[in-house]
Amino acid sequence: MSAAIPLLGHTRPDAPFAYRPQGTVGVAGFLDDVHRVAGALPGGGHVLNVCRDRYRFTVGLAACLVAGKVSLLPSTHTPEMVRQLKIFAPDAFCLNDGCDPGIDLPHVAFPDAGPTAPARARPVPAIPAERLVAYVFTSGSTGAPIPHKKHWGHLVGNAGAGARSLGLDDGRTHSVVGTVPPQHMYGFESTVLVSLHGGAAAWSGRPFYPADIAAALAGVPRPRVLVTTPFHLRSLLDAGIAIPEIDLVVSATAPLSAALAHAAETRLGARLQEIYGSTETGQIATRYPTAGIEWTLMRDIGLETAGDHPFRTFASGGHVEGRVPLGDVLEITAGNRFLLHGRNADLINIAGKRTSLAYLNHQLTHLPGVLDGCFYMPDEDGGDGITRLIACAVAPGLSAADLTRALRRVIDPVFLPRPLLLVGALPRNATGKLPRPALQGLLAEHLSPRAAP
Amino acid sequence: MLEVAELLVVSLNLDISPPEIEPQAPLFGEGLGLDSIDILEVALVVSKRYGFQLRSDDQDNIRIFRSLENLAAHIAAHRTL
Repeated sequence: MSAAIPLLGHTRPDAPFAYRPQGTVGVAGFLDDVHRVAGALPGGGHVLNVCRDRYRFTVGLAACLVAGKVSLLPSTHTPEMVRQLKIFAPDAFCLNDGCDPGIDLPHVAFPDAGPTAPARARPVPAIPAERLVAYVFTSGSTGAPIPHKKHWGHLVGNAGAGARSLGLDDGRTHSVVGTVPPQHMYGFESTVLVSLHGGAAAWSGRPFYPADIAAALAGVPRPRVLVTTPFHLRSLLDAGIAIPEIDLVVSATAPLSAALAHAAETRLGARLQEIYGSTETGQIATRYPTAGIEWTLMRDIGLETAGDHPFRTFASGGHVEGRVPLGDVLEITAGNRFLLHGRNADLINIAGKRTSLAYLNHQLTHLPGVLDGCFYMPDEDGGDGITRLIACAVAPGLSAADLTRALRRVIDPVFLPRPLLLVGALPRNATGKLPRPALQGLLAEHLSPRAAP
Repeated sequence: MLEVAELLVVSLNLDISPPEIEPQAPLFGEGLGLDSIDILEVALVVSKRYGFQLRSDDQDNIRIFRSLENLAAHIAAHRTL
């Protein structure tokens, strides 16, 4: 039997745990909220926690841990994903905090405390290391999402490794402002797990516009950490507004261009650190992009390249659960260092959401009335903008609007094609494959000169 | 209104001509199909051209991006340039 690990790494009950518009929440207040919410959860064993407020999400996650429930963290909430989740976990219910995202599950509203309830001193719950905390999901090549287990002991290890790599373990409480949702693996690690076991206290909101980010930063004490993406960072810098002092900028989900990395450090006066990871492995490496392009693995994590697949790299050890194939092409340069050479051809990553061309093609060609179809990812321009997918479909009698409406039910909106072209036939070769040059030729015929790939 | 429609088409590289955007049709989801990535792009262009920053703690944020008509009205009320 393995050891139990406390819910929180904090040593003082009066330490700050989170910052909200109405004030600072201390450790004691957080534990009180966890106890109250755990007691209010219904009987089902699986919880889709869609709370938008980062603090409420974290309370919900901890309440599930205490109540012995497993959190479900899918990458998207399309009707098709929710249908698949109900098959995966028929007892699932949705914990939400006000907005109704139209999710077809039994709903439980997050129960906020009354305004006058004083926090009672409670012991920190101890959670067995082998407790299953959450399932995260990736899209397979066919319909069903693939679940990956996240256990408490591994997640605590993940928080510690991340905090150490980012230098958050210096005894100070770092204030974290995140522009990424707590349900996405990166936001889950860098804003939620670091609050539980990384010595950080997170801003409860999820600032969206540049002016929101500046206001959120101004609302928390230094040292301040901005947890963001290349896309949000570019938008913040381009806005040209005054930005409060930041001590560390963290970026993940897509490689940052060197130009943006330098501009961010110059404008913000802060070091910029990038995290590399995946939904399956969690974060595994970091780098300072203005100092060098090599990545350094986090504590106890190892990489190996399988002999029969020269371009297949596996990660294991540390907080990685099992031996996990990576979706990127890596070159190991030294014991704990590597270079990233881009994604394996089939994988798509748009704004931090990941899927595969095989999955998208499966969904497109299985729509009623579609005889043939395929998605196409244009070459990315190397900047920090977002490149959108294009799709071609053979669907006599249907319009592009019809197909887009049907696709919206099964794939995340960021993957919806722009544009979706209706064609007479796809240029398949004798073996049924679609060579990329032939597809590019077809697209060039159908697209206006400005949007041509 | 047409000026804002042009701003949407140019900044988002939309496959539609500005006059084709219906003033009352939803910009998100079923209508023009915009998502949060587009909203940030539009916000940036709006801040440059009209001289004010959009804020999401504004309770009206959802209403602002509900339609072209609403967005144009919000810009008209807040522009400084």
